[in-house]
Amino acid sequence: MKTRLRNAILGSWETFRRGWYKFSRNRLSVVGLFAVLLVAFLAIFAPYVAPHPEHAGRYVDFSEQHQPPSWKYLFGTDVCGRGILSRIFFGFRFSLMMGMVVLALVVPPGVILGLIAGYFKGMWIDTVIMRVTDVFVSIPPLVLALAIASVLKPNLFNSMVAISLTWWPWYCRLVYGVTSSLRNESFVLAAKVTGASTFRILFREILPNCISPIFTKMSLDMGWVILLGAALSFVGLGIQPPQPGLGTMIADGAKYMPGNWWVSIFPAFAIMLVVLGFNLLGDGLRDVLSAEEV
Amino acid sequence: MSFSTYLVRRLMHSILVLFGISILVFLIARVLPGDPARVALGPRAPEETVQRWREWMHLDEPLHVQYYYWLANAIHGDLGISLYSRQNVAIDIKTYFPATAELALFAGLIMTVFGVLFGAISARYSNTWVDNIVRIGSYVGVVTPAFIFGILFLLLFGLVLKILPTTGRLGYSTAAPPIITGMVTIDSLITVNFAAFLDALKHLLMPATALALGPMAQEARITRASMSDNLKKDYMLLVSAQGIPERLINFKYLLKPSLIPTVSILGLDFAALLGNAFLVELIFGWPGLSRYGIQTMLLSDLNAITGVVMVLGIVFTTVNILVDIVVAYLDPRIRLTGERLQ
Repeated sequence: MKTRLRNAILGSWETFRRGWYKFSRNRLSVVGLFAVLLVAFLAIFAPYVAPHPEHAGRYVDFSEQHQPPSWKYLFGTDVCGRGILSRIFFGFRFSLMMGMVVLALVVPPGVILGLIAGYFKGMWIDTVIMRVTDVFVSIPPLVLALAIASVLKPNLFNSMVAISLTWWPWYCRLVYGVTSSLRNESFVLAAKVTGASTFRILFREILPNCISPIFTKMSLDMGWVILLGAALSFVGLGIQPPQPGLGTMIADGAKYMPGNWWVSIFPAFAIMLVVLGFNLLGDGLRDVLSAEEV
Repeated sequence: MSFSTYLVRRLMHSILVLFGISILVFLIARVLPGDPARVALGPRAPEETVQRWREWMHLDEPLHVQYYYWLANAIHGDLGISLYSRQNVAIDIKTYFPATAELALFAGLIMTVFGVLFGAISARYSNTWVDNIVRIGSYVGVVTPAFIFGILFLLLFGLVLKILPTTGRLGYSTAAPPIITGMVTIDSLITVNFAAFLDALKHLLMPATALALGPMAQEARITRASMSDNLKKDYMLLVSAQGIPERLINFKYLLKPSLIPTVSILGLDFAALLGNAFLVELIFGWPGLSRYGIQTMLLSDLNAITGVVMVLGIVFTTVNILVDIVVAYLDPRIRLTGERLQ
């Protein structure tokens, strides 16, 4: 168990090489990895790679309004004369930030609650935690996120809070499943017999066994969280103009269809690229990490 | 544990969950930042009026007392006044719900029928070009959000090709059938008004398909995976060795058990559908509960938001019970022992 933890954390060369071999056997996983790397690169270096970085924010040039795609504006321009391509690059920034912040807010509490509930299965604390997750997952996630976002002030941070509040139960349930199946395994009993504290058993004995499914889920969830964020900004409850949210851009462009189709369609494809990338990557990671279990 | 005990426990659990949903919804409207009385009356209302409103709505009492009043009123059908329509939210819900129900039922039908069909075809002809097309298609379906499908359909079929209507439930030239169920397609069938039925169907097609494609792709993937797993099992060899006709094998011994995972995730898919309806109704100007929900959300209309979320929570919980009953019917291990399998 411990060596695997060390391998997972240190990522020894041999494990990495084998993992990469397995991962790269599925060409789609590699495509996903490249899509994610491309999006990350464009997001990080947006001010340098975007042809018109000043178009990301409050910028108006009506003489260039609604230009169709051309060499100057590869994806055309919007109603304010801002280049769609440049705005998509900056939109990636907000999307990736959204995914990372939400997962950072969601994974620790979800995992800890799942560990506790799973380890004390059958006791009152298990009942309380798991019934609360039951309630949260009994409202469709997008509906719950919209409702929470609507009572807060609409902005990027509050939309992250809204999504986080809908997302934590899934990590809780995932870890609960693993923990409750492991709680009577001999290595846990051995730790208990040697007098290890509950804290130690939870975090040093059981948690390492949850790492692979958690990582796989995180990689898949990046795409879904970004999508949910785009959905919130599409209806106006997320990132606010003039900041370039991908959902906001699609909603803005929808007013000018079909004549100025490029305003909506390119940001739509951009979202699909991000979600597809993280999905393929997540599937690839699952193949590698679940094979490692055996 | 017998199946009936299982069912009773399942229903008890759902009642508990509904109770929990009501608390959660109540908390969202009351605890999150902002003063509900101030939100309801606007920033320029005099402080006196706001105070009177607080007293009238019991907003100055402790939370559990407020919750008691809210729940007692809600059970009696009084969900409070909507800021958006200036009438009881319950009346609004009654007005707008049928349109969303119609859309969701139609989308649910498309997603289940075609999801299973494509999955089964893909498994039956696995690793042929048919299979590859279905698999690639389902990948695209899974990663494309419903609102993007909506925008693409709107652009392609509604605005460029102009073969489908882009907004509403009926065209201007079509006389609406009398309201019986509130679902235009069903009402027009009951009154034998085929012109209205066809027109309503045309209006339904784009929004329902946009909603259905994502979950449908999911269903197809799951069905394919479970069917190809079961195909490799020993009992399949046994039944074919026994000379059971292939049709019977395919339906009774292969499809039926393979549908268990498919049906199990129907609940989640339906949740995605209800959520995405919020955006799709907005895109297609569909006068349903979800569009009402969005409009009230943009106004921070707390009574309406709690009402809408509560109704959708009830719908989703009911769907989950139905899903569990169907799974229990399909899976004799649950039906006969009442045990839930991990």
